Amino acid sequence: MNIVVCVKRTLDSETRVRLDPRGVSIDAHGARYVVGPHDEFALEAALRTRAKVGKGAVIVVSFGDGEVEAQLRACLAKGADRAVLLKGVPTADGLRTARALASVTEIVDAPLVLAGLRSADESRQQVGPMLATLLGRPCVTGVVDFELEDGKAICRRDAEGGDETWQTDLPAVITVAKGALHPGSPSLRDIMGATEKPLEERSARPGQSRVVVQELEYAQARPGVRILGHGPEAVPELIGLLLRPPAGP
Amino acid sequence: MSNVLAFVEQRHGVVRGAEGVLAAARRLADGRGGAVHAIVLGAPGVEDEIEALGPQGADEVRVGCHPGLETYVPEPFARVIADAAGVGRYGAVVFSATVQGRDLAPRVAALMDVPLVTDVIGIHPEEDGVHLVRPIHGGKANVHLFVDATPVVFSVRPSVVPASDGGAPGVVHTFTLNEDPARWPSRRIAVEPTSGDQDGLARASVVITGGRGMAGPENWGILEDLRDAFGGDAALGATPSVVDAGWRPRGEEVGQTGQIISPHLYLAIGVSGRGDHLVGMRTAGTVVAINRDRAASIFDVADYGIVGDLFEIVPRLTRELRKHST
Repeated sequence: MNIVVCVKRTLDSETRVRLDPRGVSIDAHGARYVVGPHDEFALEAALRTRAKVGKGAVIVVSFGDGEVEAQLRACLAKGADRAVLLKGVPTADGLRTARALASVTEIVDAPLVLAGLRSADESRQQVGPMLATLLGRPCVTGVVDFELEDGKAICRRDAEGGDETWQTDLPAVITVAKGALHPGSPSLRDIMGATEKPLEERSARPGQSRVVVQELEYAQARPGVRILGHGPEAVPELIGLLLRPPAGP
Repeated sequence: MSNVLAFVEQRHGVVRGAEGVLAAARRLADGRGGAVHAIVLGAPGVEDEIEALGPQGADEVRVGCHPGLETYVPEPFARVIADAAGVGRYGAVVFSATVQGRDLAPRVAALMDVPLVTDVIGIHPEEDGVHLVRPIHGGKANVHLFVDATPVVFSVRPSVVPASDGGAPGVVHTFTLNEDPARWPSRRIAVEPTSGDQDGLARASVVITGGRGMAGPENWGILEDLRDAFGGDAALGATPSVVDAGWRPRGEEVGQTGQIISPHLYLAIGVSGRGDHLVGMRTAGTVVAINRDRAASIFDVADYGIVGDLFEIVPRLTRELRKHST
């Protein structure tokens, strides 16, 4: 049973974000790129599921430019068996990304497709359920843990109102949130070995983007912290500030 | 084409969070001379809850009923809403950016073959269409987007548009859904109610988050006391490193791998201010930091700070708050 994991190259959340002078894109110079944490949880879940099932391959797929190869190699170093780089230019239109992914044979054939709940950069949180919908498959989002049983997946997810257990038919798409799994770091040997694993480039045909970026702006910065003092003596002034409408509780 | 369809959530017959999504829909509809239609799906009887939606901004309310839909089931919900949006030829379809809205909206957009903009924090109706603003990179920047498709489908964060008041009660149309639950490909088979504040974290107006500076799970009592002193609308949060250390449950995590929240007041207690935590709280209203280290990064994103020993400061804060509330 093959498991496909969809991953995205994103800016590391510790990176300082700089906008380019035209204000329509991020200045990527010197920025650090990673596979976001939710995608790493998805990959870890895929590797553990494959280990339990005892057969099949874990295939990582990403839609993006040639730079994505570095992140796909990182996934191979962590234990994925092969990678597909779907070459194209992602935009703010997530449906376009979902459509590009929906054309990948490995995804069409896989009983289980995993993706991170959301990406670390744009956090649009939509490609997983869109992909499932385009393929006519069920999708359970924000899953923290799952088991495969008799052609179904039993999924646990946190929702408002409780920890839910869902049963879904396979094939399915599952988006993965933080659970009990803590992905480990690959050894140097794994990293070296990853260069030997197959990574196939294909061109994507996602169609036209229908979401246009008009402008980027820095979020309004806070005016700067006011240190009210040292120790509990500063508390009365804080109370005064908090109870002053409308900022007070 | 200028009418707006707003999806209103319910759980076990109780409508939740309608004001935010209806206010956003109202702003859009008023800017284009259209009407707001709310749509609610639930079990028969849910229509009894609906009268309140008129004054909140809905001109008409559509209520779809099926005994199996007392709570959210993604596939039939998506199908029914996409059908309603298509038949009604709406100019826009609006969801709440909640756990449910984030699960549902992408499916509806994909069924309708239109793009989706999630987590909107700004809505600007313009001549050429609607311009939407959403945060990116953990709230460090905002992007302004134009959607070249109809309907414009988006989810809006709560309290982005102030709730409207007044307005005539909407006309309610109830319809029965022809659904066969045996054909739904995924189903909820169990729910275990969450303990503590996890359910309320996303909606709380005051959030008190403890970090590594709390020195251990056994010390959380002082944060619980502080929360109680704030009254019913306060909840506890935790930093990613506190959750990873097993001190607090996952549901309390505020940050990149936890919840992203915007309460009116955010208190960071013994929190250093790492990037993976700041992602979850950067859009909060007033931010207060209490930390013994003046150089901690949390002070860079705070409005007010107290430097010192949290084990002295927090109990004092609790006492003073109690004095003011009695």
